[in-house]
Amino acid sequence: MITFMNNSDSEEEPCNERTSLMSAESPPVPSYQDGLQTAEAGEAQAHRKRRTGSSRSPNNIADGDMSDSGVPVRESALENEEEELTLKYGAKHVIMLFVPVTLCMIVVVATIKSVRFYTEKNGQLIYTPFSEDTPSVGQRLLNSVLNTIIMISVIVVMTVFLVLLYKYRCYKFIHGWLILSSLMLLFLFTYIYLGEVLKTYNVAMDYPTLFLVIWNFGAVGMICIHWKGPLQLQQAYLIMISALMALVFIKYLPEWSAWVILGAISIYDLMAVLCPKGPLRMLVETAQERNEPIFPALIYSSAMMWTVGMAKPDTAARGASQQTWDSAEDGGENHRSPLHGDSQMPETRSPGPTRPITSFEELEEEERGVKLGLGDFIFYSVLVGKAAATASGDWNTTLACFVAILIGLCLTLLLLAVFKKALPALPISITFGLVFYFSTDNLVRPFMDTLASHQLYI
Amino acid sequence: MTLAIFFGCTFIAFGPALGLFLFTIARDPLRIIILIAGAFFWLVSLLLSSLIWFIAVKASDPQDEPLQKGLLIFGIMFSVLLQEAFRFLYYKLLRKAIKGLVALSEDSCSPISIQQTAYVAGMGFGLMSGAFSMINLLADALGPGTVGIHGDSQLYFLTSAFMTMVLIFLHTFWGILFFHGCEHRCWWEITAVIIMHLTVSGSTFCNPLYMGSLVPSYLLMATAATWAYLLSGGSAQNLRRFLLCLRNGPSPQLES
Repeated sequence: MITFMNNSDSEEEPCNERTSLMSAESPPVPSYQDGLQTAEAGEAQAHRKRRTGSSRSPNNIADGDMSDSGVPVRESALENEEEELTLKYGAKHVIMLFVPVTLCMIVVVATIKSVRFYTEKNGQLIYTPFSEDTPSVGQRLLNSVLNTIIMISVIVVMTVFLVLLYKYRCYKFIHGWLILSSLMLLFLFTYIYLGEVLKTYNVAMDYPTLFLVIWNFGAVGMICIHWKGPLQLQQAYLIMISALMALVFIKYLPEWSAWVILGAISIYDLMAVLCPKGPLRMLVETAQERNEPIFPALIYSSAMMWTVGMAKPDTAARGASQQTWDSAEDGGENHRSPLHGDSQMPETRSPGPTRPITSFEELEEEERGVKLGLGDFIFYSVLVGKAAATASGDWNTTLACFVAILIGLCLTLLLLAVFKKALPALPISITFGLVFYFSTDNLVRPFMDTLASHQLYI
Repeated sequence: MTLAIFFGCTFIAFGPALGLFLFTIARDPLRIIILIAGAFFWLVSLLLSSLIWFIAVKASDPQDEPLQKGLLIFGIMFSVLLQEAFRFLYYKLLRKAIKGLVALSEDSCSPISIQQTAYVAGMGFGLMSGAFSMINLLADALGPGTVGIHGDSQLYFLTSAFMTMVLIFLHTFWGILFFHGCEHRCWWEITAVIIMHLTVSGSTFCNPLYMGSLVPSYLLMATAATWAYLLSGGSAQNLRRFLLCLRNGPSPQLES
C-alpha cells in the first residue's frame, strides 16, 4: 500500500528528527495504499525458515501473513487544501517512490544477471509443492494454478490471523514475530547472499572478517529498522531486505507459478483492500476505531519523521498499536522490519495482503511524505527479476517491465490523489508489468532482433 | 569486445542524452514523470507495430526471402507512422494534464510550459528508442567475440552507437517540432516530422554502407535542431549572446 503521510509526530518527544525515522503521529493525510507487501514478507520469511530448516510453527507463518496486510488509509481532515496540496506535491512524492523502487529493481536485476545461484533450480518452497517438470503443457498449467491457490490461501489465512491478533490486541506476539523475521532476513539471508556473491567473483574471505561484516550489517540494520537511525540508512536497509526477499522468491518459485502468483496476488490485493469485508480494510477500520496507527513496521517511508515519545495521553494507545503493527509485521515473516516508534506504518510486504498505511495523528502538519509497503517493493522486484532471469537473455524485456511498473505506480498515486483513500499498489503495476513482459518477450523481441541483425532503425 | 568498447559505445550513444537529462530534467519531478510516460507511449507504439509485423510474418511463407524483406520494410514504415501517431496521442494527453495542473494550482499558472513538455516528451521517446536499439548490443559487447568475423562490417558497434545518439537527438527535436505544429495547427510541421522520420529509418536500409545512413541522419539532425531552436524562440542573436556569455537580453529558451 502506499501511504501518504504528514510528518507531524507527537511533539512530546524531544526527538531529533534527524535521528528518528518515523513519526509516530502524523496528521491525517490521504494515504496511499500499498500492496500486500507485508503479507508477502511474512510469507517469504516463512519460506526462508523452511528452507533453512527452522521449525516454524504454522502460527508464525500465519502471523507473518497477518502482518502483511496493509492498513487502510486514514482520511484527511483538510479536504480541499489537502487535495490541492496532494496534487501539488504529487509529482515530488511520485519521484520519492520511483527512486527506491528503481534502486531495489537495479539490485535485483544486477544480482540475477551476475550471480548464477539465484537462477538455479534448487528445490521449491513448501507453499508450492507441485512440480512443474511435467511433460505436458496442460499438466504444467494445472500444477502452477494449484501452487498459486495454495500460496494465496496461505496468505489469506495469515492475513486473517493477523487481523484477529490485532483485534484481540496480541501485540507482543506480533512484535516478537516481527523481530524474529527481520533477524532472519538481516543475518541469514545476507550471509547466503554474500557467500554467493563472493563465490561468483572468486573472492576469498576468512570467517572472522565475514562474521564482523555480517554482525555489523545485521546489528545496524535491526537498530535502524526497529528503533532509530538516519533516514537514508533505514531506507537503504529496507530496500536491501526487499531485494533479498525478492531474490528468494525468484529462486524458489517455479516459473509458471511465479507468473500466476503475481497475477493472483494483484487480484487478492485489490479485493482485500477495497471490498468491505476485506481483511486489510477491516484492519484499517479497526485501527481507525482505536485511533492507532496501523502496522508501522515494514513500510518504506520517504520523509523524515519525528519520533514520537508517546507522551500524550493517547500515545499509549498508539504505542500499543505500534506494537501491534510491529508484531503484525513480524507475523508476516518477511523481512518486514518494524519501524521504530510510532512511526507510521511501515509495512513490509510479505506475500500477503497489502496493508494500507494510515496515520492517525492529528498533530500539526509537517513535512509530508509517502509510504509504500515493502511487500510492494518485493513483488515489483520479483516481476522485473523474473523478466531478467527468464527472458532469453533479453534486456529489452526487463526494461519494458521496469517502465511499465513505474507507470503503474504513477497511475496508482494519481488515483490515490483523486480518491484519497487506501488503494492497493499492486494491481495496476503488476498488470502492466505482466502484459509488457509477455508481449515484449514474444512479439517485440523477434522484431527487434530482426532489425538489429540488419542494423535497421525505427 | 572489451570493456573499452562497452563504455565507449555506451557514452557515445547515451552520453549527450544523459547530460541533457541531468542538467534539465533530473531536478524537476514533473519532468521525470513526463519523460517516463513518454517512454511508455513509445513502448506501446512499438508493441502494436511488432504485433502487426508478427502476425504478418506468421501468416506468410518463412522461406520466401523477398517477401520477408518486404514485410520487414512494411513493418518499419508502419512502426514509424505508429510512433508519430502515439506522439500525437501523447500530445493530447499532456494538453489535458496541463489544463488539470493549471486548474489545481494556486496561481492559475502551469508548472510547466508546453514547450518544455514537448522537449521532455521528445526526450522520453528518444531515450526509449535508443535504449531498445542499443542495450542488447551493449550487453553482447561485454562478452567475448570478434566483430565482423564473418565478413560483416567491423564498425558495427560504433556505428550503432552513433546512430542511436542521432536518433535520440532527432526524437527530442521532433518532439518540439511536432508539439509546436499541433499547438499552432501547422500541419506541414507535423508532416515534415513524419517525412523526416521515414527518411531516417529508410536511410538505415543502406547499412552497412554507413555513408548512406549516418551522414543524412546527422544532416537531418542539424536541420531539425536549427528549426526547433528557432521555433523555441532562439535566434542568431540569442546564440551569439549565449556564446559570448553576454548577460543582457532574453536568455535562450532551454534555460527555463
